[in-house]
Amino acid sequence: MDSPETTQPTRTPSRRDFLRGAAVTAAAGGLVGCADAQTAPAAATAKLTDKVIRGAVVAPLQVNGQTIEVVVEPRTTLLDALRDGETPAGQDVDHTGAKRVCDRGTCGACSVLLDGKLVYACSVLALDAVGKPIRTVEGLAAGGKLSVVQEEFVKHDGLMCGFCTPGFVMAATALLEQNNNPTRAQIQGALDGNLCRCGTYHRVFEAVDAAAERLRKGAR
Amino acid sequence: MPWPTERRHLGQATPRLDGAAKVSGSAKYAYDVNLPGLLYAVVLYSPHGRARITKLNTDPARRSPGVRALAARRQVGSELRYHGEYIAAVAADTEAQARDAIRAIQIEYEVLPSCATEEAALAADAPKLLNEGNVSRGEPRSRGDVDSGLRAGAATYENTFRCAVMTHACLETHGGVVQYEDGGKVTVWSSTQAVAGVRNDLARSLQKSPADVEVICEYMGGGFGGKLGGTMEESTAAELARQAGRPVKLLLDREQDQTFAGCCRSIVATVKLAADANGRLTGADCSSYGTGGIGGRGGISFPYIYNVGASRHQHTDVFTNQGNMRALRAPGSPKSSWVMESAMDGLAEKLGIDPVLFRQRNLPQGSYWVRQLSEGAQRIGWDQRPKTGSQTGRYRTGYGCALAQWGGGGHDSNARVAIHHDGKVEIWCATQDIGTGSRTVMAVVAAETLGLNPTDITVYVGRGSYPPSGGSGGSTTIGGIAPAARAASEAALAKLFERIAPGLGAAPGDLEAYPGGIRRKGQTGGLSWQEACGRLGPETIDVTAAKDRSLGGSGVNGAQFAKATVDTETGVIKLDRIVAIQDCGLVVNRLTCESQIFGAVTMGIGLALFEQRILDPTSARMLNPNLEFYKLAGASDIPPIEVLLEDHPERGVIGVGEPPYIPTAAAIGNAVANALGVRVTDIPLTPAKVLAALAGKGGSA
Ligand code: FES
Ligand code: FES
Repeated sequence: MDSPETTQPTRTPSRRDFLRGAAVTAAAGGLVGCADAQTAPAAATAKLTDKVIRGAVVAPLQVNGQTIEVVVEPRTTLLDALRDGETPAGQDVDHTGAKRVCDRGTCGACSVLLDGKLVYACSVLALDAVGKPIRTVEGLAAGGKLSVVQEEFVKHDGLMCGFCTPGFVMAATALLEQNNNPTRAQIQGALDGNLCRCGTYHRVFEAVDAAAERLRKGAR
Repeated sequence: MPWPTERRHLGQATPRLDGAAKVSGSAKYAYDVNLPGLLYAVVLYSPHGRARITKLNTDPARRSPGVRALAARRQVGSELRYHGEYIAAVAADTEAQARDAIRAIQIEYEVLPSCATEEAALAADAPKLLNEGNVSRGEPRSRGDVDSGLRAGAATYENTFRCAVMTHACLETHGGVVQYEDGGKVTVWSSTQAVAGVRNDLARSLQKSPADVEVICEYMGGGFGGKLGGTMEESTAAELARQAGRPVKLLLDREQDQTFAGCCRSIVATVKLAADANGRLTGADCSSYGTGGIGGRGGISFPYIYNVGASRHQHTDVFTNQGNMRALRAPGSPKSSWVMESAMDGLAEKLGIDPVLFRQRNLPQGSYWVRQLSEGAQRIGWDQRPKTGSQTGRYRTGYGCALAQWGGGGHDSNARVAIHHDGKVEIWCATQDIGTGSRTVMAVVAAETLGLNPTDITVYVGRGSYPPSGGSGGSTTIGGIAPAARAASEAALAKLFERIAPGLGAAPGDLEAYPGGIRRKGQTGGLSWQEACGRLGPETIDVTAAKDRSLGGSGVNGAQFAKATVDTETGVIKLDRIVAIQDCGLVVNRLTCESQIFGAVTMGIGLALFEQRILDPTSARMLNPNLEFYKLAGASDIPPIEVLLEDHPERGVIGVGEPPYIPTAAAIGNAVANALGVRVTDIPLTPAKVLAALAGKGGSA
């Protein structure tokens, strides 16, 4: 750490603090002694069980069936934890399949499945993902074999530069897990939360159609 | 050797070799590079359209936790000329710390009067933005006697058309990762359209030899012309990395990418066309102006595509605080098409001639376009096209068309091919895959030449140190790399023949490659590829060759048709269908080539309906530097698109990334005008403009 934590007298929790529970929120005005802009996160000092978490904390994230401990701050998004996070031992989490494009819930490039639901990982705090299974694009190819959706994306060229592709693959996967016989309008609706600048939509629709057909026939 | 007349892979649909990497998240982009000890850089950029820095104290940022380096790009007294201009960059252990440090910089500005629009910059009392003034008037260019050409017309049409400034909005922002290696060499992971170009530029700015700079771009998240040059991110990251002695990642945030790194010039064009009673153009006149921000220049081509006896065009560049221009897909051409094709329909209407027929009368006889127009008209159902302005219901449907023209000749390129004794084939080229599928293209060509399958070839692109090739701009890539891959593969094959011929009791010239192996010409059996290569022994064949120029061509043609329905109560335009016909000489990979066309049409839909860089008129601050208010076409905006790709192998390989983007907006605009009977003259065709045109405010037939 570069500088010691400075202690300030009285302040309300900042967005760097993570409040657990409504009672704490109500009492928050009187909390004392949080570090502000001088907090450096390099070492985890807080505990997940703290009522107010400030500074860095180790968050066990269940990523694709594996528990990965990631050092995060309360303000760290799930996306940044997956992409840029480190374990307490300093190892990169390095799940860079989900992309950061808008960082504010517009483009879908960061899409992952959290507790079975499609979410924008840029708009979920890492701490809010603790205790819930997270599926990322890296987890779709079981044992290195591409999923049906992934295979059809390749076959139908539902990708160009590929930067949006992990997000589209996740959105298509989420759709087909709920409905393996979608209409074109349902496919478009399910993908409306994802942007592609290269303009692969038409090809993606074809890929999703083809994947749906294979899934209906029992392909896994 | 020319392209083969019998083709096994050329022209077929070959899935991308790197498709699996892209769908599984394992493809590593510059944005994804993690290195031991990596620092994260964040940029402080101008929040104002025009301002002078009156105070700048970076000390608090230097003292901020985790900060390892700081590079100031502007000083007290510097004039900032657009929102997003670099001021300083900080590198810290974490990105959050770098952001904290940026916030700790003490800076004050004197906000200066700015010009957000061309009209503001042209006003008599406008603030002077550049020493040379706000305006650069181009010389008029003319052919023939325009005034009598215009007078000779049985009908004339005159109108003013506008196109907004757009941004590139690449999903991966600009930037990269820079690492100083022991011994002073520099490695750069860059999101770029030109690995070789960045290498040279950066070597120059770091005062190093190109041999000491390696630029890596395995994958990149879109460029569209905006990542061809300008290595501000990389050179700033290099400065920070040098100071800190650690690798630095600097990729712009979305707001700065939209403000600093994306700006495509606008156009305002007043055009006058005249034609005789037979529908032959007799005169065309255009005066235009536009802005590419503070320094951008360049107008439109006029008259675009059509034969006109007499024509005149004068263009004026206007400098504003819009940003700083970068090339964007087919620079100028979509706007040339918007202006010309809109006016063509307007004049056809006046003459009472069908717009398809009118176009065909003014094209070179026997040209691709004449045929493409007939074909497209038939496919879209042109015979259903209503009489313009004949509809009265809430929903009104119309049809429109427009043409495209582009060069697409290849840049210079080299390739290196190695054939190993275990049969492995490798190919190297300092090109890059900007989403077009260049790896796969090289594999298809090598496989075709060697009698193998594309998946048998290992392709290496995306490094500046590979055999020199060009930047991916101007649709020049495929015309460079495909002929280079062919030449290098042929040279390697010739070496293979030389080496194994003696053992076969044959002359090298007696041998040929056939699917899966090598044989004597004309014989049925031979050695399998593996057996043939097995005879090489440990000494690999390794050759580098420059492209064979006879394998490429130039000049492509396209026609697009749109069918659109307008809700006259909301002003919302819904596309019903688009037909895109395109030729590009010899098709190398039908799958990725068609994807280019689908993609270009999709971007053209954005140009027509959504995309616009919106500036606050007073402060020249960009109001939509994000992706929710800078709107791209999304899934539900995409109508059924029919692509007809013409294969003309005799013309050689020609690039097609840009041309299908050119005519989409004009075809849609013409469909809307046909539906409504009034013309919205200003793209994007937003609901507000549609309603205004319907109300008679600003639209005209
Ligand atoms: S990065 Fe999360 S929605 Fe765009
Ligand atoms: S493939 Fe490039 S953004 Fe979608």
